[in-house]
Amino acid sequence: MNRNQLNIRLMSGNEACAEAALIAGMRFFAGYPITPSTEIAEILSRRLPKVKGVFIQMEDEIASMASVIGASLAGVKSMTATSGPGFSLMQENIGFAIMAEIPCVVVNVQRGGPSTGLPTNPAQGDVMQARWGTHGDHPAIVVAPGTVNQVFEWTIKAFNLSEYYRIPVIMLLDEIVSHINEKVILPDPSSLAIINRKHTTKMPGEYIPYQNNANMVPEFIEFGLGYHYHVTGLSHDESGFPTNTPGIVNKLIRRLNDKIEKHRHQIIKLKTEFVDDADTFIIAYGSTARSAHFVARMNRAKGIKIGFIQPLVLWPFPGKEIADIVKNAKSIIVPEMNLGQLSHEIECACARPVISVNRVDGNMITPEDILERL
Amino acid sequence: MFPYSKYLRTNRLPHIWCTGCGCGIILKAMLRAVDRSGIDRNTLIFVSGIGCSSRTPGYIDFDTLHTTHGRALAFATGIKLAKPEMKVIVLTGDGDACAIGGNHFIHAARRNLDLTVILYNNRIYGMTGGQPSPTTPYGEKGTTAPYGSIEPSFDVCRLAAAAGAVFVARSTCYHATQLDKLILKAMNIKGFSLVEILSPCPTYYAHLNRLGTSLDLLMGYKRNSIPVEKARRLDPSELKDKIVTGVIYKTERPEYFEEYHKLQQGITENGRLR
Amino acid sequence: MPVTAKKYTIKINRELCKGCQFCMAFCPENVLAMKKAKAVVINPEKCTGCQLCELYCPDFAIEVEKKNE
Repeated sequence: MNRNQLNIRLMSGNEACAEAALIAGMRFFAGYPITPSTEIAEILSRRLPKVKGVFIQMEDEIASMASVIGASLAGVKSMTATSGPGFSLMQENIGFAIMAEIPCVVVNVQRGGPSTGLPTNPAQGDVMQARWGTHGDHPAIVVAPGTVNQVFEWTIKAFNLSEYYRIPVIMLLDEIVSHINEKVILPDPSSLAIINRKHTTKMPGEYIPYQNNANMVPEFIEFGLGYHYHVTGLSHDESGFPTNTPGIVNKLIRRLNDKIEKHRHQIIKLKTEFVDDADTFIIAYGSTARSAHFVARMNRAKGIKIGFIQPLVLWPFPGKEIADIVKNAKSIIVPEMNLGQLSHEIECACARPVISVNRVDGNMITPEDILERL
Repeated sequence: MFPYSKYLRTNRLPHIWCTGCGCGIILKAMLRAVDRSGIDRNTLIFVSGIGCSSRTPGYIDFDTLHTTHGRALAFATGIKLAKPEMKVIVLTGDGDACAIGGNHFIHAARRNLDLTVILYNNRIYGMTGGQPSPTTPYGEKGTTAPYGSIEPSFDVCRLAAAAGAVFVARSTCYHATQLDKLILKAMNIKGFSLVEILSPCPTYYAHLNRLGTSLDLLMGYKRNSIPVEKARRLDPSELKDKIVTGVIYKTERPEYFEEYHKLQQGITENGRLR
Repeated sequence: MPVTAKKYTIKINRELCKGCQFCMAFCPENVLAMKKAKAVVINPEKCTGCQLCELYCPDFAIEVEKKNE
């Protein structure tokens, strides 16, 4: 293709997220202003009315998450975007979406925490909250892109995973990847695979809303089409009505978790470079992967056998897959802007210690920070 | 005989409510209103939060959504904006709407999105065993107010009107024939409408406050109620502890989605309003 | 079991009746009473078809139907 025909733009991660969401078919956004995610809401407040979509600024993040679920249940692809404090407020309703199997995308642009923390500085302290933030045993899909191009690509994938598995998908961005401006080659929208939730072909009366399927994902039908079904956050049977019958509840909770865990190989994505002959590995995600990748490239140029692994999906955790790649490693370095949330998981998965490179001071992890420990 | 069963998931009965609970009376009034409205039942969506009142959707044969505590209005906002052609009715309680969901309540009213809210006010948290709610009168007991509540209570209707609701009505389970009329009026309003209904909780509210049986509570509603038309002629001091019933407040304001729809329609290619 | 009054049939569903006594209390004609904590019809012939019992029953347990003559 001629260079002039390429749709090249300079974009921030937040812009890429908003644009990609529109391409994925998102037509309902509810949010509450919070640094460093606000640009996503600002862009969508301009863009959505023009495509007959709806933007609404709600009274808080609890309401934002709730209305996103409501809109999705009415058949519209929906999302919200927030940062740590807002993400904390959303947790209860994220659990509702998991339990009621309502697809949606929740963007969390991570900033320093806990509490109000560092509103304008990056962090990666919400890795575990994204997995275990809502109460109860539940599945999670969490993606963590590290470049603006990856944000674009993984926003669409987040919607696809959400629609396919009927689960809220959490996008963990961070202040760096959200605010950095990079060249993005926008793909031809018609070339992109867009997945939509599977609608039932059954008639009202025949439809069983939470009936198990071969892929463990029940068929969807939106509200308002005469199917008259019930949706609740209570433990429910296949008909959707509450129950506390142990056998039925057990089946439900296991299906909800299995539908993700048994499909982990279809969800997990590792970006790897120089791994085949490597004896040292750097494993990093989000914006930290940028420094990690730089270090790997630089050292390869010097002839050092260093490999780079970037998990783009953090949950389900790609432990087995990483362990497989690093099984003969002399050392494993895991830099992250927290006190070792993922490095601990990697240690468990690989059954060996890793070198954890951590920062929690509101600054990014620089290549020098990693080099010091190499 | 009214054909309630036409609108019920009869296989879900008997309901979970206690003997003498008012929820069933309100549910029946609502079904009469729905029937009289003539609205295509496939265009009706019921949304509730958590609590005794919020179990109502489980028993009625429509698209029904039982959400998280206090958040029914926020879920309903999403549904209504995604499908503005639907009629969305929110069923909630005093704790659900005024305590944990108080913020959503005032903001939904302020936006004036077309939602009909039926608020079952039993003046207590029933589902958790009788704790005081924001509508428990000063001095009355709950299991966490063993010496009587030292907090004043909300006037739900004044709250809604002040926040921006365009239709606000109140009645009680004693006034069963008035209920369906008020609910129907509320349903016919384009905008945020509220019907607050005083409802007996014999198990906790009456028991903890030694107010007798559920029937005694109903008769108390009868004694203490004043139609709004009459109340307007009385001095406020004469209305102390009275329940003012009827259409308390009515006004006209632009509805939220109508305003939003203008944005959807009125924007030209360069993003400016026409 | 349906009990036939002069003009009205009062149906009480004992499975659904929780015994709140609203029907009995609101009936102006003493048609209803309580037996073993459930509503029963004791004076069917007195029923005037006002349907207050049905209106106040919170349990969907009582129906008043006009008899087909």
